[in-house]
Amino acid sequence: MVKTMFSKGKIVAKTGNEIMAEAMRQIAPDVVAAYPITPATEIVQIFSQFVADGKVPTEFVAVESEHSAMSATISASVAGARAMTGTSSQGFALMWEMLYIAAGLRLPIVMAEVNRALSAPINIHGDQSDTMGARDAGWIQIYSENSQEAYDNMIQSVRIAEAAKLPAMVTTDGFIISHCMEVAEVYPDADVKEFVGEYKPERALLDYKRPFTLGAIDLQDYYFEHRYQLAQAMRDSKKIILEVADEFKKKFGREYGFYEKYEMDDAEIAIVTIGSAAGTTKAVVDNLRAKGIKAGLIKIRVYRPFPAEEIAKDLSKVKAIAVLDRADSCSATFAPVYLDVVAALYANCGDKAPKAENYIYGLGGREISLEHIEEVYMKLDAVAKGTKKASTQVEYINVRIK
Amino acid sequence: MANLKELSKHAERLTGGHRLCAGCGAGAVARQTLIAAGDTPVVVVSATGCLEVSTSVFPYTSWKTPFFHSAFENSAATCSGVEAAYKSLKKQGKIKDEEIRFIAFGGDGGTYDIGLQSLSGAMERGHRMLYVCYNNEAYMNTGIQRSSATPKGASASTSPVGKVIQGKEQPKKDLTAIMVAHNIPYVAQSTIGNWNDYVTKVQKALNTDGPTFINVMTPCRLGWGCKPEDSMEMVRLAVDTCIWPVYEVVDGVYKMTMKPRGGEKKPVTEFFKHQTRFKHLLKPENAELLASIQADVDAKWNKILALCGEK
Repeated sequence: MVKTMFSKGKIVAKTGNEIMAEAMRQIAPDVVAAYPITPATEIVQIFSQFVADGKVPTEFVAVESEHSAMSATISASVAGARAMTGTSSQGFALMWEMLYIAAGLRLPIVMAEVNRALSAPINIHGDQSDTMGARDAGWIQIYSENSQEAYDNMIQSVRIAEAAKLPAMVTTDGFIISHCMEVAEVYPDADVKEFVGEYKPERALLDYKRPFTLGAIDLQDYYFEHRYQLAQAMRDSKKIILEVADEFKKKFGREYGFYEKYEMDDAEIAIVTIGSAAGTTKAVVDNLRAKGIKAGLIKIRVYRPFPAEEIAKDLSKVKAIAVLDRADSCSATFAPVYLDVVAALYANCGDKAPKAENYIYGLGGREISLEHIEEVYMKLDAVAKGTKKASTQVEYINVRIK
Repeated sequence: MANLKELSKHAERLTGGHRLCAGCGAGAVARQTLIAAGDTPVVVVSATGCLEVSTSVFPYTSWKTPFFHSAFENSAATCSGVEAAYKSLKKQGKIKDEEIRFIAFGGDGGTYDIGLQSLSGAMERGHRMLYVCYNNEAYMNTGIQRSSATPKGASASTSPVGKVIQGKEQPKKDLTAIMVAHNIPYVAQSTIGNWNDYVTKVQKALNTDGPTFINVMTPCRLGWGCKPEDSMEMVRLAVDTCIWPVYEVVDGVYKMTMKPRGGEKKPVTEFFKHQTRFKHLLKPENAELLASIQADVDAKWNKILALCGEK
């Protein structure tokens, strides 16, 4: 049961999309440029209604494509406005070049991204292949397990992005969370407004008395330094993310970090995953714990920047882990999150690292059940006991092979 | 009509030191656009292209106005984002309530082709912005590849003259007509070969409360194959041969603003003979192609004359 953590908080029933739109209403960005795509469409529609009803001062630009959505969001930000947008899947893919540009230009744009499978084949349902595909773009990526997290993440991301001078995306699993009615706590407008504060850019195009050029061409003599600065900003953002989370906790009550540890203190086997499946996994962990099996879960919230040292430390005492990816990489090796986890383990734990298996699940909205997850844990249990060798290839959950 | 004495009082807002070729028309377009704006604050955005690349090589810039570039196909969308920010911040009292004008530049590459969707969207949404297409009839910055603005018969690096094909086979797209079809309040074709026509049109556009578009024929001496000192005369010949009609469309009403010099329409050969991109058209074996091009130009000229209520 969701309780209010904030004295002035109110319990509401909202879908992931509704609550993201609500966060945007309270943030009241100066400009939103967006294009509709399933399953993110409602965010834009709900927000348009806020605009039509005069509930936000936002200038809403009904652009003609997602590439233009990100282009206009970028330029509005450079102009000096707090600018936001939202999309999914193909729309996200269409703005791919602009994602890299937003990061390279160090703009604090916040995007609501509803995770949906990438074509081909075309599929409108939830998986994380879209945002996983942009993990190198230089955007902060914060994944939400449920509506509450989506709301809280949107609010925090405004502060994170502006302090880090990096764009940030906040995600929910398409349809699973975006369209699922959940109970959550929301805070009064004034408190959200106070938390996000005013956007104070260093330079703004509209400040014409101090003209500047942005988007110049770098030749071989400057590009590398500028890209190094971007990479460093991502490294530096870890501290900012925790500072904002700390401030958020002090004001609103809920605690957030890079990831959530569920029953990890004495865990011998653990799953690492991202998004809504973590909720299902927690139920499995509870069942297994009741049977005396020391199962745990790490649910990654901040995927970019990747909390390598921290996660390696928290996994170091575990005997066997399985990383469940809701995206494939078509590399003929392993999937995205697994690679980051294993690199972290290798760098920090060396040959003391736990055994690590990789599973891919849920592509195109394919169901993942309690039974599927329990099966993963039982295999991990066997690996931990030495009665089974850890898998050295990626495994798939709930898909008809052959 | 613009007044040189008045114009010369304003500070130059595009400095020298940029990397444009000698004889390039794009620099003149940028400079004259800013001169036309007088002392009114402007924010300039540009598509990737010769103008943008040559005027902003980090850590230098030629622009004394705020200037922004992000990508190739989105100059109009980019301008619309700045304009939206301006409206929002002004409405909320976060910036002063003062006039700022928004100008987007794009070559024919970034406007006719890859940038067409972005341009169409911005024009349809009604942003108060001026889009200037500096049209030199090919993707010049990347090496003279054909665009949909490249005229029929012209040789370009992706529509070269060869044994079987004699240059670009398709006629150029009429982007100006497409803009008129968007029902925006001001659309014009101009030439950088006549500063008065161009500057007057820019001023008219900037004073229009809505989306405006100017398609300005701009010489590229390298892509066209002429001497740098002749490049401006080339665009004047484009007007003299009626290859490039010069007119404006104010709230849907056409008006011709320039006619061939001396009132005499010259044959297209007068334009072609000075440029290596067309010289194959003067060969006897291409007489039929040349005749068809002349016929096309004549037909389009007559159509524009009629639209402008001229004969």
